[in-house]
Amino acid sequence: MTKAAARGRVSKPGPALQHGKYLFIVVFLVFPVGIYGLFTLSPYLQAIWISLTDWTGLTGSQKFIGLDNYAWLFSDDQTLVALKNNALLLLVVPVITVLLGLFFASMLNVGRRGKSGIEGVRGSKVYRVVYFFPQVLSVAIIGVLFKYVFAPTEAGGILNSALRAVGLGNLAVPWLGDPDFAFWCVVVVMIWSFVGFYVVLFSAAMQSIPKDIYEAALLDGASRYTTFRRVTLPLVWDTVQVGWVYMAIQAMDAFAYVHIMLGISGGPSRSGDVLGVAMYRTAFNDYRFGRASAIGVVLLIVTLIVSLVFLRFARRERVELA
Amino acid sequence: MSSFSADWSRRKFLRGALATGALVLPGAGALAGCATSGGGQEATEGEKTEKNPLGVPEDQPLEIYIFNGGFGDEYATDLHEPMYKKAYPKAEIKHKAEVDIKGAIQSRLVAGNPPDFVNDSGDGQIPLGQLVSDKQLYDLTDLYDAPSWDIPGKTVRDTLVPGAIAQGTFGDKPYVMNMALTVYGTWYNKVLFDQKGWKIPTTWEEMVALCAEIKGAGIAPWTYQGIHARYMVWPLLTMAAKLAGPEILVDIDNLKEGAWSHEAIKESANALRGLRTSGYILDGTEGMDHIQSQGQWSAGKAAFIPCGSWLENEQKDVTPASGFEFAMMPEPLLSKDSKMPLETIYAAAGEPYVVPAKAKNPRGGLEYMRIMLSKEGAKGFTEKVSSLTVVQGAADGVTLPKGLASAKKALDDAGDNVVSWMWPNWYGTMWNPGVNAVIGDLMTARKTVDEFCAGCEAEAKKVRDDDSITKYTREK
Repeated sequence: MTKAAARGRVSKPGPALQHGKYLFIVVFLVFPVGIYGLFTLSPYLQAIWISLTDWTGLTGSQKFIGLDNYAWLFSDDQTLVALKNNALLLLVVPVITVLLGLFFASMLNVGRRGKSGIEGVRGSKVYRVVYFFPQVLSVAIIGVLFKYVFAPTEAGGILNSALRAVGLGNLAVPWLGDPDFAFWCVVVVMIWSFVGFYVVLFSAAMQSIPKDIYEAALLDGASRYTTFRRVTLPLVWDTVQVGWVYMAIQAMDAFAYVHIMLGISGGPSRSGDVLGVAMYRTAFNDYRFGRASAIGVVLLIVTLIVSLVFLRFARRERVELA
Repeated sequence: MSSFSADWSRRKFLRGALATGALVLPGAGALAGCATSGGGQEATEGEKTEKNPLGVPEDQPLEIYIFNGGFGDEYATDLHEPMYKKAYPKAEIKHKAEVDIKGAIQSRLVAGNPPDFVNDSGDGQIPLGQLVSDKQLYDLTDLYDAPSWDIPGKTVRDTLVPGAIAQGTFGDKPYVMNMALTVYGTWYNKVLFDQKGWKIPTTWEEMVALCAEIKGAGIAPWTYQGIHARYMVWPLLTMAAKLAGPEILVDIDNLKEGAWSHEAIKESANALRGLRTSGYILDGTEGMDHIQSQGQWSAGKAAFIPCGSWLENEQKDVTPASGFEFAMMPEPLLSKDSKMPLETIYAAAGEPYVVPAKAKNPRGGLEYMRIMLSKEGAKGFTEKVSSLTVVQGAADGVTLPKGLASAKKALDDAGDNVVSWMWPNWYGTMWNPGVNAVIGDLMTARKTVDEFCAGCEAEAKKVRDDDSITKYTREK
């Protein structure tokens, strides 16, 4: 850094070249910054403003009503259900996804002790592609697909038919029609669709770990678990941390999954509601854009807090690879 | 599928909003700004003559948005628009067919630049009550007071079935023209019932006895639209009204405290819940949607299903060509000493059409409605989309498909004993997701009858206590 700066000072242009430098920079910046402001910052600011009004989304004007929308939000039972479900998503989805991702990635990269040292399990090349499949499908397709997987037997539900085929027919329930299961079906689908990406992410990190470290561990007689715990994990921790935060944000937005699999009401007894769907419903079903924006602002604040907490929580000594 | 269109519409809305400048300026100024950016109301009235009683400006263009759903848009392009064009050759008709009405219209309403005529229907319907309370709709009184297009000596008002205008009235003014007349009832496959010698039940006792027999024959007696359990509200309220009279429906519409706890509602809820507890509902129904459950019904897996008269059209592609005949029956009586006869039926005007308040050519929009409500326009509508209309006698002499014919017969048999209610139109969220979730719990027996009534009461209370919702009432 200092070196580069020093070099910069050496090649500092003369006054002739300095002339108009700021104009030059401004000209280049105006467009991207303008676009960023227009499409990213201004919607945020507008949402905050709208959340303080009674705007229905259908009129050209609106009345300022202070914090009424927020008062409504925290007194509404359904929003609280949604908040609770978002909290569950936040706890369950990242933990399971990261654990599964780490497990699969280590199996694919350092899972086998073959003749040539540490390598991936047999067929790891195939698995690597297979795990990535869900990532290629759009969320909408995944949602529709799983709606049919979890459909009741009578409507051709794949899961229930499979259960029946292996003699577990008494376990077959109308999954998405039962308030005890509906939300958890969504959780399973989210994990299924996220895991592939993290396998690839962690795989990339694991491939950059020098093989000789593993050979040393092997010579020392470390078990597979110890190798993972003491060698692999610390060396990919940076990546895990990134994935962790990213996933926490991702898990907060289960909108498409819930909307497609459970519908706009949030499923049976409205038990599977999440904030994203509540926001959409309030805006585009009830036409209360003010209230919907309030939900959006709360979601924004919660997501920010969660990211900060996760970053703090995952902070750890950095390991430098030689 | 709705999710695709939902997502799409959000994007479209944003794009539309951008185009109209709603989001162009950062911060608060943008929204305030677009209030003034819309076009003002200009001189939009032409000269009123005998041939042109609504004062349509003859050379003004007319912009029309038709919801391109179950009814398609052919009835507009092939029938009503040519009629308008013939009467006003100088007017240009701008026809648009949209699957997602809110995506197309919302930003234009905000910008004050709406089209002249909108078929506000489908998944992307903008709630009518909300449009009214936001003063976005044009008063239709002049339309109903105008003389009929082709029925001499009568005003448009005189030519419609009773209750048709009331269904589109909010407060004391009509804002919504409902074209289709939907008859609701319990549907069955007549061929199957004839084959097995099953007699149509007239009392709930007979219904329960028949259910046992149907189940014995290896068919599930009932199914309903699963996660859209609100379809069961139709038999529930209709049976309750037959038992205790239509006044209980007025109380519900007026959000009167205790309206949902009426004995008749309880009795009706208890009867329907009994279907579940006796095992008379197709397994897995609660996890299906309307497509899946109606598909099961069409496939002969279940005998009865509640629905409106659009069912036949909706199931066209998945119903066997032979051995199947759509038929509809009125709900059985809960008790021998009911206030209303067996033939009483729930029928409601639906498929809403509106003229936006800030339309450039609102009189043209009204005239277009007058054309639709003409005998010629209504008859053609019935022929094209297989739906009855609110125009009296317009379907007489039209060859109807079997199911629709049976619905029309049920309606004719009912005479004046037609019930309907307004709360789903007035308070969209109380209908769905509100009562939808509560009756879902009743039909799966997750809730008792008393809990169901309390749940509906709570939904009504939510609306009652929310000052931001405009309330409407009706006398009878």
